Formats: sequence, structure tokens, C-alpha cells
Amino acid sequence: MSLFAIPRRDLIVLALFSLVVLAMPIWLQPLGAAYPALMQKFVISAVFAIGFNILFGLTGYLSFGHAAFLGVGSYTAVWSFKLLTMDALPAMVFAVIVSGLFALIIGYLCLRRSGIYFSILTLAFAQMCYNLAYSVLTPITNGETSLQLTLSDPRVIDSALAPRGAGLPSAGLFGHAFSGLEGFYFCAVVLIIAFFVAQKIFSSPFGMMLRAIKSNQTRMNYTGFNTRPYALTAFVISGMYAGLAGALFAITDPLAGTERMQWTASGEVVLMTILGGVGTLVGPVIGAWLIEYFENIFSAFNEQILHRVFSWVPEGAQDFVVTIVSKFVGEGWQLTLGLLFMLVVIFMPGGVMEGVRRIVSLFNRPQRRDPGAMRVQPAE
Amino acid sequence: MTNTPKGFSRRGVLKTGLAGILATGVSPLIFSKTSWAQEFCNAPTGDAVTLGFVMPLTGAYADEGADQQRAFMLAVEHLNGEGDGGLIPHFSSKTLKGGILGKKVAYVTGDDQTKPDAGRDTARRMIERDGATMISGCSSSGVAIAEQALCQEMGVIYMAGLTHSNDTTGKDKKRYGFRHFFNAYQSGVALGPILGEAYGKDRVAYHLTADYTWGWTQEESMIKATEALGWKTLPPVRTPVNAGDFSQYLTPVLNSGADVLILNHYGFDGVNSLTQAVQFGMKDKQVNGKKLELVLPLVSDLMAKGAGEAMKGVYGTGNWDWQLTDEASKAFTKSFGAKYGQPPSQIAHTSYVQTLLYADACERAGTFYPPEVIKALEDFDFDGMGNGPTTYRGSDHQCFKEVYAVRGKDNPANAFDLLEVVATASKESVTYDPAIFGGELGPDTPAMC
Amino acid sequence: MEAILAQLLNGLDKGGAYALIALGLTLVFGTLGVVNFAHGALFMLGAFCAVTFRMLITYETVVQDPTQVTAWGTPVEIRTPLAQSWFGDWGAVLIDYSVPLSILLAIPVMLLVGVAMERGIIKHFYKRPHAEQILVTFGLAIVLQEIVKSIFGPNPISQPMPMALRGAFDVGVWIGIAPDMLTYPLWRLLYFVFSIGIIGAVFAFLRFTTFGMVVRAGMADRETVGLLGINIDRRFTIMFGIAAVVAGLAGVMYTPLLPPNYHQGMDFLVLSFVVVVVGGMGSLPGAVAAGFLLGILQSFASMTEVKSIFPGIDQIIIYLIAVVILLVRPRGLMGRAGVMES
Repeated sequence: MSLFAIPRRDLIVLALFSLVVLAMPIWLQPLGAAYPALMQKFVISAVFAIGFNILFGLTGYLSFGHAAFLGVGSYTAVWSFKLLTMDALPAMVFAVIVSGLFALIIGYLCLRRSGIYFSILTLAFAQMCYNLAYSVLTPITNGETSLQLTLSDPRVIDSALAPRGAGLPSAGLFGHAFSGLEGFYFCAVVLIIAFFVAQKIFSSPFGMMLRAIKSNQTRMNYTGFNTRPYALTAFVISGMYAGLAGALFAITDPLAGTERMQWTASGEVVLMTILGGVGTLVGPVIGAWLIEYFENIFSAFNEQILHRVFSWVPEGAQDFVVTIVSKFVGEGWQLTLGLLFMLVVIFMPGGVMEGVRRIVSLFNRPQRRDPGAMRVQPAE
Repeated sequence: MTNTPKGFSRRGVLKTGLAGILATGVSPLIFSKTSWAQEFCNAPTGDAVTLGFVMPLTGAYADEGADQQRAFMLAVEHLNGEGDGGLIPHFSSKTLKGGILGKKVAYVTGDDQTKPDAGRDTARRMIERDGATMISGCSSSGVAIAEQALCQEMGVIYMAGLTHSNDTTGKDKKRYGFRHFFNAYQSGVALGPILGEAYGKDRVAYHLTADYTWGWTQEESMIKATEALGWKTLPPVRTPVNAGDFSQYLTPVLNSGADVLILNHYGFDGVNSLTQAVQFGMKDKQVNGKKLELVLPLVSDLMAKGAGEAMKGVYGTGNWDWQLTDEASKAFTKSFGAKYGQPPSQIAHTSYVQTLLYADACERAGTFYPPEVIKALEDFDFDGMGNGPTTYRGSDHQCFKEVYAVRGKDNPANAFDLLEVVATASKESVTYDPAIFGGELGPDTPAMC
Repeated sequence: MEAILAQLLNGLDKGGAYALIALGLTLVFGTLGVVNFAHGALFMLGAFCAVTFRMLITYETVVQDPTQVTAWGTPVEIRTPLAQSWFGDWGAVLIDYSVPLSILLAIPVMLLVGVAMERGIIKHFYKRPHAEQILVTFGLAIVLQEIVKSIFGPNPISQPMPMALRGAFDVGVWIGIAPDMLTYPLWRLLYFVFSIGIIGAVFAFLRFTTFGMVVRAGMADRETVGLLGINIDRRFTIMFGIAAVVAGLAGVMYTPLLPPNYHQGMDFLVLSFVVVVVGGMGSLPGAVAAGFLLGILQSFASMTEVKSIFPGIDQIIIYLIAVVILLVRPRGLMGRAGVMES
């Protein structure tokens, strides 16, 4: 199988996916989400979630510490901006390498255990990274104040090539600084490439091997097969995706704060993946978009809007309905998210994707199995 | 998207504010191509101008954020010519006559969670989605510095709320960022002599410091001020923001030989560390033959309320106090108290004043075009805002005015009578050479968002 | 010397909280085999029982006093708690001791919450993988904290301790050092004593009652106990309730030390899991020992002398120990071999 040859079916999925991503500024318009900052978040969180899914979805190892790699990626990218150049490519390359190294060390240690012990190990490592970044590593991370560009940064390569401008430069590509929607399109292209790579991994023999680890690691071990190198590779790849996402965050907004490394940020990517559909290619992306949309738009619904929405309800009951509903929107959006998440875990462990599949199979009696999608069977 | 706040409760006010967000958020019209094609970022096009207020509604400084929000609502009301006008009749510049440049003032509000990342995110959303022409808010210097840098990039004026780090108008100053609040250096100048008088020249100080830009610079300024008195300083201990339980940091204090504990903490952190220190018996403890003393260099009414008994007799500094007796302060307290049933805190005052100052600068410049507004604010002298004659220094965008040393009152006359002003440091005494903190303002070139 | 003793006391009071939370978590894991990420939320709910209790008994009547005027021109409001106007001085005492008294409210409420949680959700997850248990309880934790947020708001609500129990206690005199050399906040000492009391009660309950004996037998071999015709499920449900009560009481007594807020549970959650794995999954004595051990180590790591040798150690010591234990001895300090080991 050559590197770029992909089955027709995958090609269609990729093409559709690219179309959806690149057309975001159009179809998000009526949803009120078509502004650069949010669209960038959509795209970057999707990269993060796809990467997380390569570990959790394929091998079943539930990591609660992936935010650490995201943070490492961000810090590396900002330092690349500060020391070398505002170009996005070196920043991404360095971020991926450094977060990959972190993932290698942490993964090597954590993968000695499985199940809940693995989760707690990753959690402990991530909290250590966070607490160190916050305290003694402040010369590197600037701690709670967060790392930013300054006018006095050396930026060796940039200042060798062109005279310095008066203000702070912004990130760009080959000397062209991003403005307007360019940053979004750059991230979108990176997402499509990341999606393509994930597709290749899912359909490769390596991907099959990872699924085998998930379904029964003991059996794999009994056959004389050492699974750990495979799991570790998946862990590192997934850490690199997180680092890439971190770099993209820094490219769209050159600031790195410690809170992106906190364990709650790791929890969020778990939520995204589960909501969308763990183990599927598209699921985590949908989950990521859902949560970002909730966080940014749904959280702005207020009582006035609700009164408009429920204007068809009779006067007396209207206030009551609005009072109840308002607990779940606006500031209460996290409550809805938590409930939704619980419902998904209880009734539909395959997430949104399983829901879609169930609906499709209702209409399509002779069941066809989607090769990219499988039911979740998280590892013990 | 004009909002006229009517509600009294914080929640009601918040919801009205969010109506604005949704009006723009859901209707596709606002985000049309024209917003890219204007001469500067978010030039107001309709008959309203939108201001973006970002404040901590959750996190360690959430109490301050709530009061800040009340002040912003009040400022918008007064700018739109409603209510009793608050400070407007007392303000030395007489340009404010309803709206800004004939446009009605609308606003959006958002939460910064007391975190730089989140604050910057919210500010960016307001600029990109809601078309905010000016951003104001924050009660943490970390957030202020992050938002100020964003505003510099986006070409939007940033009127900082409560930020007390020397870096905000020092190392990290920005052409688009302005600070009315005082800073740690000025706290040191105002508090130093008072501490010397009250506690003598022979003291050993122990610092517990919030581990970020504000804590660092306040610790530095306090050490400088107290060592000038002849005090000794033990190695400072850094604590994370929102640490909650400070007991493990407080335990070593008692056996360290220190006889003054300086708490460089703010908001709930300050309340927690102070009350916990008092639980440790630090207020009645004798060390080196002297009474152990607690100092909270930056203190607000809200913290004094939270700390209750623990605050009594503790020295600190403030930017403003509602019990000041000048006409302007009285008018502001009256206006705020009538609306919310409680006196304004210093953060409410500074946030209110900053909003008015921006509006006035636009009026005097005759445009919203940021470089002109910046020019109008730089080296602007004004009075009648409660701090006496004030100057917005052009070289670092720091306001110079009176600074107050305060003390937790021993016998409060009522539930709000918590702090008393014990000394006033004159404007001249707190003025310093901008060069000592370095930094560069950067250019005023407007961006296109 | 005094410095080290003081730090030890601090470790004991921190450890008390850790041990109580870890104890509840281990009870649930040991009996039901469920990894409960919502356990921190139970601690938080307990704390809010104290808040609610205080709100109830300090419900105020507002009278306006026209003779006094505020700075903004309205009459001064005089607020009197109903409890005080009804019971006079006794009402004032009631309010003063609101935190310890709210234990009376917390016990039934937490028992109910625990049982409802187990019957409503956890029950359906016994047979499902640990990863899914983690996920559903994590979701539950979010829901619980958001409910509390929407009722009580996002800000911490301070709970004053009784007047008589404020201030510091001179431990130095008590153990024979010179006076005023070693003092420690009284309430924190009480918290330690309280935690020892609760831990002792739980152990005694399991050790000396028939109920406890059956539960212990069930922990060792659930199926056999079931075959003996004993309804072990119902007992396990009650154990879940008891675990919730333990977490809740830890929360109630913690409120004067740290004003409770809605996300307090999440802050404690990570920590409590670390304590449990260090002690050994499923081992009750292990959880208690690890709780105190980690509390003491964390406290010592905060000493300037230690930090000057290992910078930043105070921030990571707990996680560092957890990592080392998990890698070297995954069964933890006192865990049984084979529990949760792959």
C-alpha cells in the first residue's frame, strides 16, 4: 500500500470532511459562530481530539493528562516565536518534537500500568507538569502571568532577514503575517492533514494492532507478542497531535498560560471524544465542535431570548418554563453538558456517531458496517 | 443592540448584558464583510457604540468582579444621560452630554475566570464577534497584561480595571493600554512611613506572595519600602493563586523569627490567608518582644467584609475609599449606593472612572479613531473624580493622583464602615521616573482587527 | 524542633481531610468495585449542607430604622435573624455553633444522596468497564457541582467557626515545651480529632457489627455471600450511603477552614485518588495511612529548608509519590496483591 493511496471510501470521507471544514465561515454564519477566534478553536480542538482518540479510541488507554502535551506544545511554539522567527512552520515542528519527547518519557513510564492505574499515572504526571510550570519553571513559562511576546525578544532569524517593525509581529508563513481569516484557513489545512494521517493510521496494520490491544491485551501477550511498543507509539503520536494543537493555539494567539495544562483541560478532551464517538474518525471532531459551540454560543442564551423562543406558550406557564429552561442555558450550560455527557455514557456509549448509525440502520435494514467505526470497548 | 440596564440584582444586570451578545451572536447581519473594510478596528457604524467589559465573575477575585460589573452598568447608565449623572457633573472636563459622540452606549459583558488565557479569549470574542470599540475590566494584573497585549495587536483601546502590578505600566506597558488604578510602587511609598511609625524601625518581615506578576512586583516594592525603614526581610514564600488553604505556608511563619507578616494576596486569597493567619493566633502573638503584626498591602472593602474581625487593625493601601469627604466621592457613593444598596469599592470606582475617561477622551478627540483617543488621554490633567488633581502620564499611561493608606476599623459604625483612611500620600510623593520600570509603549498604528 | 512539630501538626490536619475523603472512596471501591469520580462532589455537597443549615437558621427579618441614614440617603436596615428573635440568647448560640450542628442535617441528607446515587446510576455500572465508571461519575460530578452553582452562586460562602473555638491552642504547654512556642489553630486540631473519630467509628462498625461482618465477607467474596442467601446488594447500597456521609462530614467540618464553593469537589478529587492508590486500591487502613502520610509529607515539603534543596517540591510531592508507588509497587502501601493489577 503506497503512502498516499487510500480506498475510495476513505477518499470520499476526506473530501467531504475538507469541504465541511473549509466552508466553516459559510455554514457557521447562521449559527452565529462565524468569527475567527471561535472557528480557530473549532479547528484546533478537533486536532486535539483526533489525536486523543488515536490513543483512547484505538488502544483503550484512558489518559487524563493530555493537556500537559498541549501546554508543552504551546510553550515551545511561543519560545520559537520569541527566539527564532514568527514563522508558523518551525514553531509547529519544534512543538511536535518537544511534546513527542515528553510523551515518549511519560508514556514509557505510564504504559507499564493499565486501566485506572494508567489514568491516574497520566493524571499525576500532568499535574506535576502543571504545578512545575506554575511555580519553579516560571523563568520558562512565566507561570500564572502567562508567556507572551515582547518587543525585546531576539527573534534571531526574523531580525536577520528584515528590519524590525515598531510593534509586536504576528505569526505567519514565509514572511507573510496572518490577518483576518488567514489564520483560520492555515489551521484548517493542518486539521485536514491531521485527519488524513489519522485515517491512514486507522486503516493501517498498525491500527489493527492497536485495536487488538484494546480488545484483548492478555491474549496478545500470550501469543508471545510484546504490545507495549505499539501502545507507546500510539501514545507518542497522540501526544504529538496534542503538541500540534498547542502550537496552533500559539500561532493564532501568541500567548501560553498554565491553565491549559490543568487536569480539567484534559478532562475536556475526554468529554469531546466520548460525546462525539470514541474510536471513530469523525466522532471526536463532532464532539469538539459541540463542546466549543456550547461553551461560546449556547452560554450566551438568556431569559429574554427564552421568552422569545417560548412566546407560543400561554402567558402564565411561560415564566415557569423559562425559569426552568434558563437553569440549563446561559451560565448553566455546563449543567446541560454534564447531563448530556452522562446520558451518552449510559445509553449510547458510542456517542453521537452511534446515534447517527442507529438512525441510519433504521432506514437501511440490511446492516452495513462502517469500517472506520466500531463500538467502544475501553480497556480494563 | 442597545442595553438599558434596569434590574438591580447582579444577575439581572448580567442577563441584560448578555442580550446584546445574543443579538449579535445569532443574527448574521453584524458579521458582514464591512467590518473588515473600515479604517480601524470596530469603528462604530450604527447609532450605538459597543463597549466590552471583561471581569472575573468566577475564580479568586470574583467578588471584585461582581462589584466591577455594577460599576460598569452604572457608568453606562450615566453616559447615556440616565440617572443622577454620578461623577459627570463633578468631572473637570465638561464634554459628556449623553452618549459618546452622539452615539448611544451599548455594552457586552464577559467572564475572565481570573485567568489570563480565558480573559484574553473573552476579550477577543468581544472584539471579533460583538464589535467592541473599547475593552475594560479585569482585577488581576496577569489578566490585564494579557488583555492589554491583545488590544495592542487588535488596535482597540484597553482601559484596565484593577491591576496593581508595576509591570502593567512598566515592563509590559502598551500604547493602547491605560491604567487609572495605582501600583505596587505607590503602595510602598504610601505605606512605608505609616508602617515605620506604627511598628518601629527594627522589624523582621516575612512575605507570603501570590505567584504572578502582581505578587512579584508588590513584594519587591514592599521590600524596598520596608528595608528603607531599616527592616530586615526573610526569604519570601510564593503561593499559587486560588490556593484556598494557606496553612502549610502559614505554619512556618510562627517559628521563623519574623515579627511582621506581609500578605501579598488579593481577593479571596487575601481573605483566606488573613483569616487563617488570625486563626493561627498571629494577632496576639509576641515575637522578639514585640507584637506580631499582619499587613495586607493592597486591600479593598470587599476583602475587609470577607475577612470580618480578622481585618481589624491591619494596615493596607487603597486607590480610593467611599468615605472620602470630597464632593465627587460623596456623589459617586450616593449614586452607587442608591442603585445597589451598598457603597462602591475601590474597584467599582476605578472601573467607573475609566469608562468615563474613555468616553471623555473620544469626545475631546472628536472621533473614535484610536490614535487620536490615545493622544487625548496622554498627559491629560483632570480633577473631580474623587482622587484630587490627576494626570494620565503619557510616557507610561499611568495615572498619578493621591494614594491612601488605610486600616481595618476597630469599631465599625455600620456594616459598611470597615476601613478608615489613616494617611494620604500626595500626588507628588508617589510620582516616579518611568525609566525605573523600563518597557516600551509600542506604536499607535491602528489595526484592522 | 518546634518548627518541625508545627509542620507535623499541619500535616496531621491536612492528612485528616485526605484520609476521610480517601476512606469514603475506598469503601465504595472495596465494596462495590466502582471507581467513583463523583466522590469529591460528595465532599462539596456536605460542605453545602453546612451552608444551607446556616442559611435556614439565620433567616433574617429586616426592619428599617428611619433615625439613621446611609451615605446614599436611604434608612439604615436592621437585620435580626429569626432564630434570635424566637429563641433569644439560645438562638444566638445556635447560630454560633451552626457548623457543628449542621452535622445533624448532613448525615440524613448525605445518606439519602449516597443511596440515591447508587440506586439511580452506579448500580447499572457494576458490570461495565472501569473506564465507563470513571466517565459516568465524572459526568455526575459536573452535574452536581453545576446544580450547586446555580443554587448558591459561584462565590465561596464563608462559614464562621464558633467563637469559643477560634484562635490558637498552645500545644507546647500541653506536651511540655515552654509556653507560646508551639501553637496551632484550635479548629484544625479539632478537625484532626474529628477525623480520627470518624475513622475509628467506621472501622469499629465494620469490625464489631454483624452488618459490618457481612459487608467484609462480601468484600472478600461477593458471590459466596450471595449464595448464602444474604442480600449483599442492599448492604452494599447502605455502604455507599455511609461513604457519602463520611465524605459529607469531612466537608461540613472543613467549611470554617475554607469557605466552600461549587468546584471544591474537583479540587479534592485528584488528590483523593492519589491518596487511594498510594494506600492501595481497596485497602481501608491503606487509605487512612496514605492520607496522613501524604498530608505530613506535603506539609514538610513546604518548609523553606526543604524547598531550598529541592525547588518546587512542595507543589509536586504528592504526585511524585503516587508515580513512584504506582511504578514500583502498584498494589500500594497496604493493598492486597492482585487487586486491580494487570
